[in-house]
Amino acid sequence: MDDLYREVIIEHYKNPGHRGSLDPHDISFEDENPLCGDQIKIDLRVDESGKITEAAFDGHGCAISQASADLLLESVIGKTTEEIKLLTKSDILEMLGIELGPVRLKCALLPLKILKAGVYGLGEATDDLVGEE
Amino acid sequence: MTYFIDVDKIREDFPILKREVHPGIPLVYLDSTATTQKPEIVLAAMDNYYRLHNANIHRGVHTLAEEATALYEEARVKIAQFIHAKKSREVIYTRSTTESINLVAQTWGRKNLKAGDTIILTEMEHHSNLVPWQMLATELGLNLEFIPFDDNGSLDLDIYAKLLEKNPKLVAFTHMSNVLGTINPAKELIANAKAAGAVTLIDGAQSVPHFPVSVIDLEADFIAFSAHKMLGPTGIGVLWGREVLLENMPPYQGGGDMIKKVFLRSFVANEIPYKFEAGTPAIAEVVGFGAAIDYLEAIGMEKIAQHEKDVVQYALKSLAVINGLEILGEKQGNRGGVVSFTLDGIHPHDIAQILDQDGVAIRAGHHCAMPLHDRYDIPASSRASFYVYSTFEEVDILVRAIHKTIRMFN
Repeated sequence: MDDLYREVIIEHYKNPGHRGSLDPHDISFEDENPLCGDQIKIDLRVDESGKITEAAFDGHGCAISQASADLLLESVIGKTTEEIKLLTKSDILEMLGIELGPVRLKCALLPLKILKAGVYGLGEATDDLVGEE
Repeated sequence: MTYFIDVDKIREDFPILKREVHPGIPLVYLDSTATTQKPEIVLAAMDNYYRLHNANIHRGVHTLAEEATALYEEARVKIAQFIHAKKSREVIYTRSTTESINLVAQTWGRKNLKAGDTIILTEMEHHSNLVPWQMLATELGLNLEFIPFDDNGSLDLDIYAKLLEKNPKLVAFTHMSNVLGTINPAKELIANAKAAGAVTLIDGAQSVPHFPVSVIDLEADFIAFSAHKMLGPTGIGVLWGREVLLENMPPYQGGGDMIKKVFLRSFVANEIPYKFEAGTPAIAEVVGFGAAIDYLEAIGMEKIAQHEKDVVQYALKSLAVINGLEILGEKQGNRGGVVSFTLDGIHPHDIAQILDQDGVAIRAGHHCAMPLHDRYDIPASSRASFYVYSTFEEVDILVRAIHKTIRMFN
């Protein structure tokens, strides 16, 4: 478990670098995981070339979902929206550096699901966005 | 600390309690409100049934069919006696508490309710005693009213009295909350409902397994409960109903066994309880349920209730002193063997996951009671629950694991 709750996860949960909201923003998307009550909103600012210049998340939930959001946003700054479309489940697991059971996987993937739904401009965030069958 | 029952001897009867969850880490099972573990006697009864007596029930003439039918019907008699029902024909086998409540909604409800009628529920219901009525309300245009509860988890009986002035047709409530542990004053709720002319339904999923319940004493009309929450197998539940009500209800599902006669374009329904038992039922599970009742009765429901009370009081006392831990509902008093809590700054899923590493199995989430959690303005809680095999030592392990969780996050 010390694996599951690696210091990096606790650290990003307790002291997130990207918590907040952006006003104005170019992209904003919000969703929740009703099973456990995790709820996250992600705001992005994008420049003319499609590059993410700023990113922030707000919401509440377990350490896994919140740390995953913070790590994800840290990694997307400077990336283009096209690059974000290519991110998958394995990118998130690599970032977190842990293995997760099916229930907690949903927590870990919620931020990516929200990010991709926002970038694609979709009406709702669906599991296939994160390579979940 | 001494025990009211011989808990060490009881634990010996449960094979699963001897297993390790992780190497060297024994199981500390504190999730009996979700489902209970099964004693050897229940496992053996089901195994024995398949090895020696397996056949389809009713109408069979051969020996196995007669034996299987006898076992199936003997369990019905045991269940009837267990809840002090007058007649075993009032005991209907279903899949679960959930199916029992849906059965009442879809048969009694559809026949007896019409647009504008009122149903009274409580704000602490499990989704199984909420959603079936929401579905029926949408279909028929019914009015749903809810008895609220205070921070201690007690129903507001003054508001209940006011709601009864709306002449409800049905009052349906949980006997014991699966989150708060509140034991509702069922007898009083029913007496008042009856005085107002309403039919009553008790969700007994958490009461029948944990303390003596007499349908005669309660003067209930319907009660629903499940085997798997009382040491029996999954897939089998019961609806007990007053004979006269059951006889006037239309059948639930159509198929074999629920008919007396079938013609090409019509059928004549069987008598109760068979009228509500279409298709081949969960025979082995019924046999296992009967064995579970034998086991519980051999210990005694009064003693089981006392044991749980001792363990939950010890847990409440031990948890209350943890900094940042907030217990939902009544902190002492008359309370069932379940404690739900929140920890400052730590999500229930993180708590449950970290506790699992010490072998401690608790539940995290909304426990199928989302409106209840809305009432406390929290998305989820952690829940430890106890039964006949729970010990004070297990509570101590829980408390140590919670302290460890807090240390990790600080």
